[in-house]
Amino acid sequence: MVNEVLIPHIGVITDIRKDTPDVKTFRVVGLDGKKVFEHMPGQCAMLSIPGVGEAMFSITSSPTNTEFMEFSIKKCGCLTSWLHAMTVGQQVTIRGPYGNGFPVTTDFKGKNMLFIAGGIGLAPLRSVINYIRDNRQDYGTIDIVYGSRSMDDLVDFREIEEEWKNEKDFNVYLTIDREQEGWNGHVGFVPSYVKEVNIPTDRTAVLCGPPIMIKFTLQALLELGFNKTQVYTTLEFRMKCGVGKCGRCNVGNKYICKDGPVFRMDQLQELPSEY
Amino acid sequence: MKKIAYQNIDKLYGELASNLDLYMPIKKAGALNFEKYENGKEADIETLQTVKSVKDLFFPQVEHFVDFKTDGTKIDVIDTREIRSEFAIFGVRACDLKSLEVLDKVFLQEPVDSMYKNKRDNAVIFTLACQNPHASCFCKVFDIDASSPKGDVECHLTNGVLYLNPITEKGANLVNKLTCLEDATSESVDLNKQEIKAKIDALPFSNLDLSVFKGENLMELFDRKEWEELSKACLGCGTCTFICPTCQCFDVRDFKTNNGVKRFRCWDSCMYSEFTKMAAENPRKNQMQRFRQRFMHKLVYYPSNNGGLYSCVGCGRCVKKCPQSLNIVKVIKKLGDK
Repeated sequence: MVNEVLIPHIGVITDIRKDTPDVKTFRVVGLDGKKVFEHMPGQCAMLSIPGVGEAMFSITSSPTNTEFMEFSIKKCGCLTSWLHAMTVGQQVTIRGPYGNGFPVTTDFKGKNMLFIAGGIGLAPLRSVINYIRDNRQDYGTIDIVYGSRSMDDLVDFREIEEEWKNEKDFNVYLTIDREQEGWNGHVGFVPSYVKEVNIPTDRTAVLCGPPIMIKFTLQALLELGFNKTQVYTTLEFRMKCGVGKCGRCNVGNKYICKDGPVFRMDQLQELPSEY
Repeated sequence: MKKIAYQNIDKLYGELASNLDLYMPIKKAGALNFEKYENGKEADIETLQTVKSVKDLFFPQVEHFVDFKTDGTKIDVIDTREIRSEFAIFGVRACDLKSLEVLDKVFLQEPVDSMYKNKRDNAVIFTLACQNPHASCFCKVFDIDASSPKGDVECHLTNGVLYLNPITEKGANLVNKLTCLEDATSESVDLNKQEIKAKIDALPFSNLDLSVFKGENLMELFDRKEWEELSKACLGCGTCTFICPTCQCFDVRDFKTNNGVKRFRCWDSCMYSEFTKMAAENPRKNQMQRFRQRFMHKLVYYPSNNGGLYSCVGCGRCVKKCPQSLNIVKVIKKLGDK
């Protein structure tokens, strides 16, 4: 009998990093200590704790990381609460990779890129950003606008401060929603900050964050003169199988798990607004 | 072509069941469903339709496929998929057979669903022409010919005789083994087909107009105001999805036992409020949105991905079973009536 995609592999948690009060980043390898499978930036995997549940998470580590996969997970439901209670050495189940991922070897190649993230929305973008850092010659200038509720809610703050800000031709713009003691940076919402920064319109933009942020940031980009064909985003939907069969993530004639989660804004326009 | 007198039909069931597992419409607790035939069970091929469609034999309502045994921090994964050998299904109607073509396009596309494929590969399907189609039937609308349902062996029950006509090699191999059958000629069957066709032509829904679901700009249907009115009475009970031969949405769930965790998949319904509910939000918040999703999927989204094939076979189960008398016929009529 052929292999069944629904039957998962075992993953071992080898490191847990607390990023924010409600986000932890988990390092996962297989039983042999190696990566369980290869992936492309923007692709996802199904993680599960048997008896609790299984859900889809974006892989936040870059495929250029040859040792392990990382998942930045916000505690917001049943399974994620259990994941947050895990300790190093514990096993989970993992299957994937799922989804189309970002077009890093085609549409993005040779481009100046603009990444815009809100909160935990940085998780899928971190995969592309670090992929670009490891293939620097293939891409132009990189602008990153990242906002969160507070400075404590900025995911991967240390990597951003110590590594991204020091990359050649990397411009990092951080913002938080409200004034906070110890924060000297920008204060304000992402969409208005994007307009203030006034990023050149030759960029290929990638947006990820809560739906409301995506909506207003897209509007801001269009006002700056961006075209919808230059803007990509990644969608979130409830999923059970990951391969376009269980029917949950069906929107229009697309399945977010297999035709997405990455879509170009002009493609999204053709779908019913149910995401 | 072969035949057997209907009064001796138990001989056929018995001989088939001695060769391989035989599934057929069997009455249990007042409901007719596809079940494994055993001596003494109440087989019934005269009633037109089973409650649940034949999909239950390929994509069961509940299918357990993996066990997890946990020991401290460690997890053992145990593959518990059932591996089927050849089995026969008797009495499949043309609409239900067509539904397998619809399901194939979902489950057999890459990556192939191993559990569905195993059953599909090993089934020998005996179809049965619809002697007495019901007023709720509208298979003709989807170009399904209930007078000649094909399958591996096509059967006709007319004038007290069951005729069996092997269509595929798999069907012929099995039929040729059966000693209870006699040779037959095709005259009665040909006549029977004509009679059935005439009955189908006269059915009230046989001329439903699908033209509104053809051509360009089908997404305009999404914004039609009629969805509100059409869905107003919907209870979200999901009966339509469970009895529908083409509905294929499923859930994956875990069941904790004293001896580890059993993971199974089970039928689910896009009509349920929790179907798309995530920790943060629910993209389809009201019943109108969920109702619209079900019919847009059957009549627009699925066909757009599958060369115009509709995800409805006109079996009419939803017409008979919806507690609020909502159904796809009403949707087709209402949206078609501009």
